[in-house]
Amino acid sequence: MTLAAASHGFLSPTGVEIAFLLVGLVTLGAAVLTVTTRQLVHAALWLVVALGGLAVEYLLLTAEFIAWVQVLIYVGAVVVLILFGLMLTRAPIGRSPDADSGNRWAALTVAVASAAALVWVVVDAFRTTWIELDGPAAGSTAVTGASLFQNWVLPFEALSVLLLAALVGAIVLSRRTKAARADEVSRAGTPQGQQGGVR
Amino acid sequence: MHLAYPAVLSALLFCTGLYGVLARRNAILVLMSVELMLNAVNLNLVAFDVWLSRAAEETLHSGQALTLFTIAIAAAEIGIGLAIVLAVHRNRGTSDIDKLRDTAEGHEPDGPDTDTPATGTAAEKAEATA
Amino acid sequence: MTTTTLAVLVPLLPFLGAAAGLLLGRSAPGFVRPLAVLPTLAALVLAVLVAARQGGGRAVDAVTELTPTGSVPVELALHIDGFAALVAILVGTVATCVQLYSTGYLRDDPRYPSYAALVSLFTSAMFLVVYSGDLMVLLVGWEIMGICSYFLVGHYWETPEARAASLKAFLVTKLGDVPFLIGLLALATEVGSFRITKILGAVASDSLDHPTLIALLLLAGVAGKSAQFPLHTWLPDAMAGPTPVSALIHAATMVAAGVYFVARLLPLFEASGAAMVVLAVMAAVTMVGSALAALAQDDIKRVLAYSTIGQLGYMTGALATGDRGAAVFHLLTHGAFKALLFLAAGVIIHAAGTNSLAAMSRMRGLRDRVPDAYWTMTVALLALAAIPPFSGFFSKESVLGAAEHVATGHTEHAPGAAGWTVLVAGLVTALLTAAYATRLWLLAFRGRGAEAPDHGRQPVVMNAVLWVLALPSLALGGLAFRLLPDWFDGHDLTPTLTTSVLGTGVALVGGIVTYAAWRHTSALAARTPLGAVAAHPEGDAALVEAEAIAAHRPAYGDLASAPDPSDPGRLLLGPVHRHAAVGFHLDAVYTALFVRPVQAGASLVRFLDREVVDTYVRAAGGLPRLLGAAVRRAQTGNVQTYVSALLAGTVVLAVAAVLVATGA
Repeated sequence: MTLAAASHGFLSPTGVEIAFLLVGLVTLGAAVLTVTTRQLVHAALWLVVALGGLAVEYLLLTAEFIAWVQVLIYVGAVVVLILFGLMLTRAPIGRSPDADSGNRWAALTVAVASAAALVWVVVDAFRTTWIELDGPAAGSTAVTGASLFQNWVLPFEALSVLLLAALVGAIVLSRRTKAARADEVSRAGTPQGQQGGVR
Repeated sequence: MHLAYPAVLSALLFCTGLYGVLARRNAILVLMSVELMLNAVNLNLVAFDVWLSRAAEETLHSGQALTLFTIAIAAAEIGIGLAIVLAVHRNRGTSDIDKLRDTAEGHEPDGPDTDTPATGTAAEKAEATA
Repeated sequence: MTTTTLAVLVPLLPFLGAAAGLLLGRSAPGFVRPLAVLPTLAALVLAVLVAARQGGGRAVDAVTELTPTGSVPVELALHIDGFAALVAILVGTVATCVQLYSTGYLRDDPRYPSYAALVSLFTSAMFLVVYSGDLMVLLVGWEIMGICSYFLVGHYWETPEARAASLKAFLVTKLGDVPFLIGLLALATEVGSFRITKILGAVASDSLDHPTLIALLLLAGVAGKSAQFPLHTWLPDAMAGPTPVSALIHAATMVAAGVYFVARLLPLFEASGAAMVVLAVMAAVTMVGSALAALAQDDIKRVLAYSTIGQLGYMTGALATGDRGAAVFHLLTHGAFKALLFLAAGVIIHAAGTNSLAAMSRMRGLRDRVPDAYWTMTVALLALAAIPPFSGFFSKESVLGAAEHVATGHTEHAPGAAGWTVLVAGLVTALLTAAYATRLWLLAFRGRGAEAPDHGRQPVVMNAVLWVLALPSLALGGLAFRLLPDWFDGHDLTPTLTTSVLGTGVALVGGIVTYAAWRHTSALAARTPLGAVAAHPEGDAALVEAEAIAAHRPAYGDLASAPDPSDPGRLLLGPVHRHAAVGFHLDAVYTALFVRPVQAGASLVRFLDREVVDTYVRAAGGLPRLLGAAVRRAQTGNVQTYVSALLAGTVVLAVAAVLVATGA
């Protein structure tokens, strides 16, 4: 592989690499917009773009099963959940000036520093490593399924228990207690919800 | 394909998510940033799994299996996380992380953003943390 | 039961009584009095039995070693010779009398249970000292007596006098006990044992290297315990305790422990001529000084206290002449009549409502109020003044005879100088003793002025005890001086003609001169009314006494003396009176020599502690405070800030780890 990698330079990219780079740029841009935009709903929508871009990257890496799972669960379920969350917390539609906390510059410093460190290390370690994408797909549904149900059955079943626990936990957490419900009833009598006014 | 491309993209996505976690005020936006970080890790896992499945004689496809697990756990996480954010929002009337400062010294439970029913809970919390 | 078992029971019974008294004192008040009296009485009976079995013959020795204790073995040893047997009887008799007397004297005292238990404990410790054949075990009893004395002197701890006196008694005796302990250890190191018999054997075989050093160190402890010059100052102040305590501890037993100790180890002291001379000088100074001071005191109990010091001086004088038979003989008779004097004084204080002789001399008919105390006290005072045929005469004459024996060079036991010192001082003291005894009697019972207050009859038990003690005061000397040599070393204790005539003569002179002086001065009494009287004369005797002691200083401006021109002592002593009243300024000397330097050192230490040490302490507290305040500013409660700091640190660490790993 190291010998083979010697013949692949960064200055002569293959088609897959070009496609990966372009989609990667789109994904990264969408991600940056997700964390910087001042409109909360837009952030959720840009997140959809970023996650979808990642699904494309998975496809380019021949991991097709992961890619479809990504589309199904992230784009389909998680983003919808987040949008519901935004709606239930009465997130304002439109630009909100205080979307970023005062911690922004510290966050930027830390993020840039860690990005520099990570990129430096990763590039330094893997600049000659080459992924052979020809041949049978590494992440086809058959391959993934076989490995999942041959080698990973026990963690898979344990994970189902975890998901069940998370399900129950989420229900318990979002249930209203009696006292809270009583409050809600009394608050319904007031002409306008205070929270909306405050927000 | 050079392994460096997905690896660098993953690192950059991770740091973007990191920035979001540290800089965003709304708890749901923070959760979204966490999703970004998780996805960056997933990309890393998939890329290295593809590379190793070619390089090694036998492989367990552990990278892809772990990616699937991560996705499942992320789904669970976002469910629980949103439930917590909703509960906090219901009790405090806000989901801004930098307003939840009960652990600080000299914390005033009667902040301007808290309404009447929230006061009792906040006071209880302040007592519990004190 | 064997003699050994009986002898072991003697100290054990009062100890058990004390423990039971302390445990049951609150829960079962009805048992306190029997628990106080009966064990002591039983111990007395057993002590008599032990003495009867021992019979003055060979000493009874019994040893058991509980456990090895290191280099020099400490053994539970009994060594009962004639001295021990007889002194134990004295201790038992006086302790029983005092316990009986206390049931009346502290009739209504709320602290009676602990008081009685402490007296029992004290009695037990004294028995231990008397019977013990091992010096370490003896020291245990010695120190228990010290601490009991501390508690009992401070029985009226509400009054500042009692508090100060108990502390003083404790500290001064401890001052002597430190060299005493060092001396004991040095002695044991040289001999290789704490056993008295072995030590005496080593002395007999002349194998001690430093007899003088050891003897002088031991003498310091003896001086502290037996109230000899210069460590006697605690005894007059200890009169702030209840009268029965004074009778038991400060007259008959504890102060006798030092004399008894020297008597036991006399061959050791005889091995050092210097120690004998020091002992003689100490005795002489003590005798004369205390007799002069006694003549100037106003508090009746302080007179008796100084007289105790003087009589103890006689005993140490006898020891200095190498005649322990005479010393212990005087110890026995003195124990009887001095206990009687104190107990009678307690009755008088109760009846008169005051402890001041000046106030008593202005009361008419006090003797008719307390006829029992009057007669018994007269007997005891005659014994004290050594008038034949009272017991004090025989014992004192035996002391003087021994001194004359040595002075005229008939013995090798002690240097002649010691003999002359003791003889001359003894005669002078005999004169002074008779003088202050007469003064006490005249002032207390021959008062003129207002009628003495009537507080009803004294408790029967108190009067009965007086008569019990009057018997030995009257007759012990005359009956015993022929028998005692069989129990002791065999020295003849019969009075010699020369010293008898001389001693009785000077005693008579002292008495007559004092009477004359009193006739001269008592007319002045009516002109200067004086008096300090207890606020509640109808209370029980202990309460009256406590109040009388507390009232003395406010009334007269001094604890010891009163500005009374009708006092014959004032006329007799002349310019010396002022100094004698305060014990020849010895307390002031101690204050200048020890108390002030110690206080100065203490204030220096306090200054250093406050200004130097505390600075560091405050800095050690303040620096973390500042750091904490700085760190606290970081605790904003904002989770994002925390995570930012955490991740920044992680990045730094990771980069550092990578740099180290790549060798950059």
